[in-house]
Amino acid sequence: MSEPLVFHYDIDGEDFISAGQASIQIKKNLRRIGLSPEIIRRVSIAMYDGEINMVIHAKGGTADVMLYEDRIEIILADKGPGIENIEQAMQEGYSTASDTVRSLGFGAGMGLPNMKRYSDKMTIDTTVGVGTTVTLVINLI
Amino acid sequence: MKIKDLKELLDAEVLCCEENLGRHLYSACGCDLMSDVLAYVKDQGALLTGLVNPQVVRTAVMMDLVCIVFVRSKVPTEDIVELARDNGIVVLTTGKRLYEACGILYSNGLGVKATKE
Ligand SMILES: Nc1ncnc2c1ncn2[C@@H]1O[C@H](COP(=O)(O)OP(=O)(O)O)[C@@H](O)[C@H]1O
Ligand SMILES: [Mg+2]
Repeated sequence: MSEPLVFHYDIDGEDFISAGQASIQIKKNLRRIGLSPEIIRRVSIAMYDGEINMVIHAKGGTADVMLYEDRIEIILADKGPGIENIEQAMQEGYSTASDTVRSLGFGAGMGLPNMKRYSDKMTIDTTVGVGTTVTLVINLI
Repeated sequence: MKIKDLKELLDAEVLCCEENLGRHLYSACGCDLMSDVLAYVKDQGALLTGLVNPQVVRTAVMMDLVCIVFVRSKVPTEDIVELARDNGIVVLTTGKRLYEACGILYSNGLGVKATKE
């Protein structure tokens, strides 16, 4: 078994304007590696939605992307408020985002459902008052 | 149609990536809600929007969109244009409103058929 290729990013939670930089970087890296456009699109969209969530709901966090031979794993970890009701959060259209976030084009409650749709497996590990870790797996074969 | 046809139809000004005006468009979407773009839009399309911030460009990059049109004469700041240029996305600005711009493109066949040209 070979070691995965790992990309690590710190996601700045203070700055909505720069949110998404890690996802852009990942997209470039995966293109350079030569993965298929379809895989790259799924990885980058799912990660972008996750990155935005960490910025608008959790004051930032970290993103680790691990490239294995058979899959890509994305781990988005934050020390934000946690999610009280995951089932509710997963519903399309459910959002606690502020009007400011909405005026910037986000907060439609489509992020988590989208991350699930674009990945093969999504797990949410969350504790209220402690933080949230979302793990996404995208199969390569 | 090609991006340069869109430019003519919308009487738009090109802000970057003029060299990519020959690229084909197969669909378009008029939207101020980037969340919806991320949820529904197909690739190789144009995004028409009245929203001006860097997330518009990042959304377009994630979705592999090739062209962004800012409507109602909105002119993005240089950092926004730079981000688009860095990713090869053509940025245009038109005086038309979103509804009108979409209507013009639709009536000229853009995105009417789901199949590629
Ligand atoms: N990392 C997170 N930390 C805390 N709460 C979160 C996080 N991600 C999502 N949520 C909660 O789940 C809800 C739904 O998320 P999502 O589907 O991405 O929609 P949106 O981000 O548009 O609100 C959010 O409004 C928020 O209440
Ligand atoms: Mg979200």
